[in-house]
Amino acid sequence: MTQIIIPHITQKQIVQSISDGKRLDGRGLTDYREVQLEAGIIGSAEGSARVRLGKTEVLVGIKIEVGAPFSDIPNEGVLTVNAELVPLASPTFETGPPGKEAIELARVVDRGIRESKAIALEKLCAIPKKKVFIVFIDIYVLNHDGNLIDASALAALAALLNTKMFKYQVKDGEIEIKPGYTQLPIRNHPIAVTLAKINEKLIVDPELGEEQVMDTRLTMTIEKDGKICAMQKGGSGYFTTQQIMEATKIAQEKSIELRKLMVKG
Amino acid sequence: MPTFYENKQLVTPGDLLAEGNYVAGENAYKEDGKIYSTQLGLVDYEERRVHVVALRAFYIPYIEDTIIGKVVDVGFSGWMLDINAPYLAMLRASDVLDRPFKPQKNDLFSIFNIGDLIIAKVVAYNRTRDPLLTVGEPSLGKITRGQIVEVTPTKIPRLIGRQGSMISMLKRETGCHITLGQNGLVLVSGKTLEDERLAIMAIRKIDQEAHTSGLTDRVTKMIQKEKGGVKHAQKDN
Repeated sequence: MTQIIIPHITQKQIVQSISDGKRLDGRGLTDYREVQLEAGIIGSAEGSARVRLGKTEVLVGIKIEVGAPFSDIPNEGVLTVNAELVPLASPTFETGPPGKEAIELARVVDRGIRESKAIALEKLCAIPKKKVFIVFIDIYVLNHDGNLIDASALAALAALLNTKMFKYQVKDGEIEIKPGYTQLPIRNHPIAVTLAKINEKLIVDPELGEEQVMDTRLTMTIEKDGKICAMQKGGSGYFTTQQIMEATKIAQEKSIELRKLMVKG
Repeated sequence: MPTFYENKQLVTPGDLLAEGNYVAGENAYKEDGKIYSTQLGLVDYEERRVHVVALRAFYIPYIEDTIIGKVVDVGFSGWMLDINAPYLAMLRASDVLDRPFKPQKNDLFSIFNIGDLIIAKVVAYNRTRDPLLTVGEPSLGKITRGQIVEVTPTKIPRLIGRQGSMISMLKRETGCHITLGQNGLVLVSGKTLEDERLAIMAIRKIDQEAHTSGLTDRVTKMIQKEKGGVKHAQKDN
C-alpha cells in the first residue's frame, strides 16, 4: 500500500460539508482539534515533548552535543532537525531512508525555528572556529491523522522550551562538562499554522481525509510579535492573492491561540 | 468445577477462567482441564461454554456475514477489497455481471473503481484461502450515499442490542438508515447531514461504552437532548 484510499463518498461528503461551512467531525472551518501537550517525558534527552492533535501524535526529543561549527559562521552553534515517519504511524510509512514527506516535514520545522532565530545560537559557541554545541531536534511521528507539520512544530518548540543545557568550562582548548544545568537560550516562539484549500474555502488543521481531498495547502510560521518568518506551500493547486491575505490573518489569530498553550502569560 | 470471574469481568491473556467440565469458546483455550483466556476482554460464562469478548480485535470473516468493503485494487477478473480483516477479500467479476464475463470487453473500472465502498456477503472463507464475496443479493452492492463510521468489530452485537433494541432505537430516534457491516464498518444515511451527525455521535458513544450497562437508555437520552438543542438553536435564529 502506498497511498491511503479514502472512500469516494467520504471525499464527496468532506467537500460538501466544507462548502456548507462545517466539517465532518463537527469542527468549524478555522477550529483546531483538541491539542494535548506534555513536556519533559524522555529522561535521557536534554529536552522532549509529546503533542497530540486529535489522533495525530508526535514525539520530539532534543540532544545537545559538542561538534565543529560551519566555516562560514565559526562562532555560532549548529541546529539540525530530523524527522522520522515510523511505520507504526500509518500503513503508508515504510522503513528505510526518509522519503520526501519526512524531508519536507523536517525542513519546514527547521525553517520556522531557524528564521525566527528562536535559539540564540551565538551563545552556543564554546571555542570560536573549533568547538560549538550542536542542537539535534529529532521528530518522531507516532500516529498520522493529518497535519503533521503543525503538530511537529508545536512539539519541537515545546521541547526546546523544556531543554536543559549542561554547564561547561573551557580549559586548555578542551570543553569540560560541569555538574548542573541551565536553560537553553530561547528568545522567540515560532508557531506553524497550516491551512488547506478545499473547494475555494480555507480550513485550518486538515485531518487525514481532508488532506487527501485538498487542492493545496499553505503553512505559515508566525513569530511571537505576529510576523511571518517562514512559509511552505504544498500540493498542486493554487491560491489567489486574496486567499493568501485571508490565510495570513487566520494564521496570526490561530498562532496566538496555540502559543497560549505553551507560553504562560 | 469452579469459575474464577464474574460474568463480564475484565480478563487478560493467560488468566485462568474456569476449571473442570467446561468448553472453551472464542478467545479461550483448554489445557489439562483448565480454561485460559487468549485476549484482553470481557469474560462470558454461558452454561458450560466460556468465551471472551475481545475489547479490540481485527475482523475474522465468517460465511454469511454481511460486510462493508473498500475497493483497493482492480484486477483482470475481479476486485480486491479491504474488509478490515488481516486478509484482502476477492470479489469476482463473474459474480457481478449476469452475462458471461469477457476480460477484453468488460471494463471493470467502470463497474467498481478504487475507493468505492461495497456492501457484500462472505460466501467462502477458511484459513487457507482469502475470503470470497458476493453482491448477488438484494440490498447488496455499491454504496452511493451516506456516511461511514468505523467501530471495533467485536462491538457490532452491542450496537444491535438485545433482540435489536439498540439499532431499532437508533433508527427511530435519528430517522437514519443504518446498515451494519460485521467487519466494523457502519453505513449511516439520513435526510440531512445533521441527522447523520447525530447517529454517528451515538454510534461512537456505544463503541466507547459498550461494556457498561443501561447504555440504551443513556444513548436515547443523549439523542433526545441533542435534538432538543438543535431545535432551540433554530428557534433562536
